[in-house]
Amino acid sequence: MRALRILNRSIRDSFKSVFRNLSLSMASIACTTVTLILVAISLILTYNVNNITTNLEKELTVVAYFKADSTEKDRINIENDLKTMPNIDKVVFKSKDEWIAEMKNESDTLKTTLDYLESNPLLDSITVTVKDVNGLKQTADKIRSYDFISSAEYGEGMVENIIGIFDAISKGTIIIVLALVLVTAFLISNTIKLTIFSRKTEIEIMRLVGASNIAIKLPFIFEGFVLGIIGSLIPILLTVYGYVYLFNTTGGYVFTKILILSDPFPFVFIVSAFLLVIGALVGMFGSWRAVRKYLKI
Amino acid sequence: MKLIKVEHAYKIYKNGTTAVADISVNIDKGEFVFVIGPTGCGKSTFMKMLYREEKPTDGKIIVGGIDVSKLRNSKVYKLRRKIGVVFQDFKLLPKLTVYENVAFALETLGLPNSQIRPKVLKAVEAVGLKEKLRNLPSQLSGGEQQRVAIARAIVNEPKLLICDEPTGNLDPDTSKEIMSIIDNINKESGTTIIMATHDKELVNKMKKRVIVIEDGVIASDDMKGRYKVHESVKNTK
Repeated sequence: MRALRILNRSIRDSFKSVFRNLSLSMASIACTTVTLILVAISLILTYNVNNITTNLEKELTVVAYFKADSTEKDRINIENDLKTMPNIDKVVFKSKDEWIAEMKNESDTLKTTLDYLESNPLLDSITVTVKDVNGLKQTADKIRSYDFISSAEYGEGMVENIIGIFDAISKGTIIIVLALVLVTAFLISNTIKLTIFSRKTEIEIMRLVGASNIAIKLPFIFEGFVLGIIGSLIPILLTVYGYVYLFNTTGGYVFTKILILSDPFPFVFIVSAFLLVIGALVGMFGSWRAVRKYLKI
Repeated sequence: MKLIKVEHAYKIYKNGTTAVADISVNIDKGEFVFVIGPTGCGKSTFMKMLYREEKPTDGKIIVGGIDVSKLRNSKVYKLRRKIGVVFQDFKLLPKLTVYENVAFALETLGLPNSQIRPKVLKAVEAVGLKEKLRNLPSQLSGGEQQRVAIARAIVNEPKLLICDEPTGNLDPDTSKEIMSIIDNINKESGTTIIMATHDKELVNKMKKRVIVIEDGVIASDDMKGRYKVHESVKNTK
């Protein structure tokens, strides 16, 4: 019960202190807000980039065509070889007869044209789905190295570019966010430092009457916590309403149908929870630092 | 029964200044002791060592069964709960009323309101400020402010009350009032009092035990002593 009362008192005091030093508190809160908005953007971006990359990866296949003189044995050979490679997810063989049947089904004009031909001019093919998109080029090169393969194609260049850009964007934002998180922690630490100085007599009396160290320190730790939580409110609202708005106006696609935004629910709530936790942790870290440095007991 | 036992206590500051050198003294429960001596003689350091504001460099200090010289920083609060301290400059919180200032001590210890209220009222009554419970320190005279500080020091019913020149800022009449309040606390609740002062008249009038500290050592220790200044401590050693 005593611990609960001390906790209760600490929380009450921390709120009082936030409002007592309002201008300083506002600076810390504003910095937390800006940081957390960027954290939100980076979280949303990173998650969606991952999502898009996964989608791309699912779509990404290498299509290889056999030379016309290749044999059934070659086909079995390459299929067995590929299946032993770690990055290969699926290997699907499609014979030239299947191709022609498919093409004939596509349109009547094609059917008429193809029917004129005496022999099938198409080639047998295998479609290889890879597990990791980064190994795509390697897989294509490997397939090309067989003599009986005439060509192996994938969206060469384009895919690497898109993924490279996404990678750079998420890495860049992570660095900026980390820097901002540090700045925010220092700013909160500074606010708490001034609170500690302004409450010197109070701390002195608390020590004299025998308040335990934790009872003296708790209000300051909570103050940072409160600053962090208040600072996370606007970013959370922006995330919830902003992302849902973006999703609804774009219909869930950015630019093309490949770049799909993930569903807003429960995604926005997970991001919000993250923001709240980050805000609270940054605040507490800042105040903990100030308490450790300036509150000598 | 001994409340305070000091054996060969030294306090040497990092810059080499010796504030207290080889002090040994025993103080019984319920005693009233004056500690006198010129400014800078080491009496404040001696008193600070008793409530562990300063840690002795060497020697042994036991207060209320707690070995102060071995007490870890994180455990100091256990000692402080047995001791009340009153200063020359009152150290009241200016934004809190008389009641709140006294209650503050108990609140920080996590006592429930149902226990805080009767204790605060009892302490405030003991210093005769019941009528001014809702006043802020700025609305009180110096003597009244010191009385609030005393009430705060005794609200948790400490075994020992340390007063570091409590009348230093007050006129002679108010000093007498404060003195009689402290004397009453000593007589009624048996609280041990250790008081540092420069007030000759008060010391002579009270006829209590007087410990004289000069140049960091005890120059004399008399039961029913009088205020005195030893001409040269070095010659008396």
